[in-house]
Amino acid sequence: QQLGREHQGITLRGSAELVAEFFSYGINSILYQRGIYPPETFTRVQKYGLTLLVTTDPELANYLNNVTEQMKEWLYKCIVQRLVVVISSIESSEVLERWQFDIECDKTAKDDNGPREKSQKAIQDEIRSVIRQITATVTFLPLLESACAFDLLIYTDKDLAVPEKWEESGPQFIANSEEVRLRSFTTTIHKVNTTVAYKKDPAP
Amino acid sequence: MNRAPRSGWESGGCPVAGRTPRNGRRVWKVRWWEAGGARRSRLWPGRWARLTAPARRTMAQFLFEADLHGLLKLDTPIPNAPPARWQRKAKESGPGPSPVGVSPMKPANRSHSSSKTPSKTPGKSGSKIQSTPTKAGGDRYIPNRSTMQMEMANFLLTKENDPAEESPTKKEQQKAWAVNLNGFDVEEAKILRLSGKPQNAPEGYQNNLKVLYSQKMTPGSSRKNSRYIPSMPDRILDAPEIRNDYYLNLIDWSSQNFLAVALDNSVYLWNHASGEIIQLLQMEQPDVYISSVSWIKEGNYLAVGTSSAEVQLWDIQQQKRLRNMTSHCARVGTLSWNSYILSSGARTGHIHHHDVRVAEHHVATLAGHTQEVCGLKWSLDGRYLASGGNDNLVNVWPCTQGGGGDFAPVQTFTQHQGAVKAVAWCPWQMNVLATGGGTSDRHIRIWNVCSGACLSSVDAHSQVCSILWSTNYKEFISGHGFAQNQLVIWKYPTMTKVAELQGHTARILNLTMSPDGTTVASAAADETLRLWRCFEMDPIKKKEKEKANSAKSSIIHQSIR
Repeated sequence: QQLGREHQGITLRGSAELVAEFFSYGINSILYQRGIYPPETFTRVQKYGLTLLVTTDPELANYLNNVTEQMKEWLYKCIVQRLVVVISSIESSEVLERWQFDIECDKTAKDDNGPREKSQKAIQDEIRSVIRQITATVTFLPLLESACAFDLLIYTDKDLAVPEKWEESGPQFIANSEEVRLRSFTTTIHKVNTTVAYKKDPAP
Repeated sequence: MNRAPRSGWESGGCPVAGRTPRNGRRVWKVRWWEAGGARRSRLWPGRWARLTAPARRTMAQFLFEADLHGLLKLDTPIPNAPPARWQRKAKESGPGPSPVGVSPMKPANRSHSSSKTPSKTPGKSGSKIQSTPTKAGGDRYIPNRSTMQMEMANFLLTKENDPAEESPTKKEQQKAWAVNLNGFDVEEAKILRLSGKPQNAPEGYQNNLKVLYSQKMTPGSSRKNSRYIPSMPDRILDAPEIRNDYYLNLIDWSSQNFLAVALDNSVYLWNHASGEIIQLLQMEQPDVYISSVSWIKEGNYLAVGTSSAEVQLWDIQQQKRLRNMTSHCARVGTLSWNSYILSSGARTGHIHHHDVRVAEHHVATLAGHTQEVCGLKWSLDGRYLASGGNDNLVNVWPCTQGGGGDFAPVQTFTQHQGAVKAVAWCPWQMNVLATGGGTSDRHIRIWNVCSGACLSSVDAHSQVCSILWSTNYKEFISGHGFAQNQLVIWKYPTMTKVAELQGHTARILNLTMSPDGTTVASAAADETLRLWRCFEMDPIKKKEKEKANSAKSSIIHQSIR
């Protein structure tokens, strides 16, 4: 079915789906690589020409599904600006790592209904590079010593009505952080930039 | 602090502020030297004060003058003043600490950020009143600085003076700052959080990575191996200036028992039998280093890949360069021979086949990797070429071109989550390939390249740099990095650990095997080469093997006749 899509070009709905899908796999990868959940609760799937790990834990899968569905809707309406994965220590509630996905939406796509020219393959290649980079970050990110929990924050337009199951929150920045910018990818309608901020090691 | 106003200059009121301390507030005078006093020394013991930064800037001049006057006018000594430095020192050397606590001269007391300014109305006070005893960081005016809301106090005090309406440009400016700080326009966006977080990982679950990186010694596996494997290396050779780059392949052992080692820009040959060392070559251009070495099967020619994208061919007997083949555009990190075809993998991800017998050496290009090719091995029968790259892919290429004249991989394995440098073919089973992943992956996988199935996978808990199959035993050995920098011998196909060889103090970069298959040489970032005699054949078994080999050859002889 993918071949068919390739010829059709990218529509707003298609782009929203692609980006939401990327977030789902990206968040799963982060949870696996950073060891937030036990590795044996993850299973391998083929996606983007890579072997990715997704969770088998039903509660977590359900939670992520809710987020993905909501993101799809908001991306379609072009009202979401940012998705943040906050990793904090359970004991001290201190934020240790912050993965930030900035979304730039081309709002003119809402008006013109014609699909945009960009091959599915090109987008997949770009997404693949980003996911590989996320995997490779384990080589430089500081070890998460204590047990950690994660939080998902979404930055939306101010006048959005808060749907049920969601609540307002603060940005949860890291004090004294080191930031690394990863690759970005674009579907020509949505552009996603990825950065990871982590707590700087206290000077010895 | 609700202390009664003291006598002396304090009760007399501050000539600067024109206020008295009866309302309970302290009065301040600018520190002499801060006001730009010519002498950077304390004129009067204990007389010091603080001002907010902006106030200080504007009022410094005025205060300085006033202070001077005040100092000159003073009649009575200051009672209860903090002791002079010399007094304090004397006390410190004597019994007990100073009763007043920290001296005002200590930097901890200096708060350049803010303080209560004397010129503001006394009614507004945002600071908390402290009655706790003095601690470090505090002083007799502000005993516990950290609980003071200095910024808040200053804000409340100074905002009275700010114009009520802000000019539009100022508003723009502030908005720009807010966007800069927060990363988005606070007025325009809000942050939402999905409530009802899922269950956290179960109690007692320790982060996998922590276990990985804090591993010390793995408990001795129940070793039922019948042979003795020495835990110490046979020999340790010095390898100064060896490049600590995971992606290079700097050692190779020839069938003539010469070990070639590339140390930065030179290649040295070590004769295992005699122990002699020869420097074969040294790069002439500055800043060019050797990135790979590989012996031809016969052991008389050595292929050398450089960081300047050249592939050179050297004759060992004459110690002369025979060919300099340029076809790549980036450094050549890995080489592999298949009789007269030399394959080279470069940083661009391309693999070139060179026919070293002809002038037009570049006979084929294999484009299957998007990042540096770090692992490259022809199978022993010459039918397949396996390549591993920094893009986490393993490609298996056929020796002949497909229908369209292009080389396409017969298999591509994506399961590794890290760079694949360790690539090795099984000598006793056809079509079986072993691969190992880098830091992000740490797994060793065994594949059948015909079916594409992953026969087994094992977590090695550490970056895998190289895998070598043994010809004497049904085992293979892998080299690792952080944290133990060890070599592990695994039994195949059960994938159990036979032995772990420790000794290197930095990550292992490459492994190579001696021609008789008994010794493995490991090069590591600790600038040593260690030779481990781990696959020594039992003498009885050796004789049996030789008999079997000779029997085979004699049968063939008979048939040919």
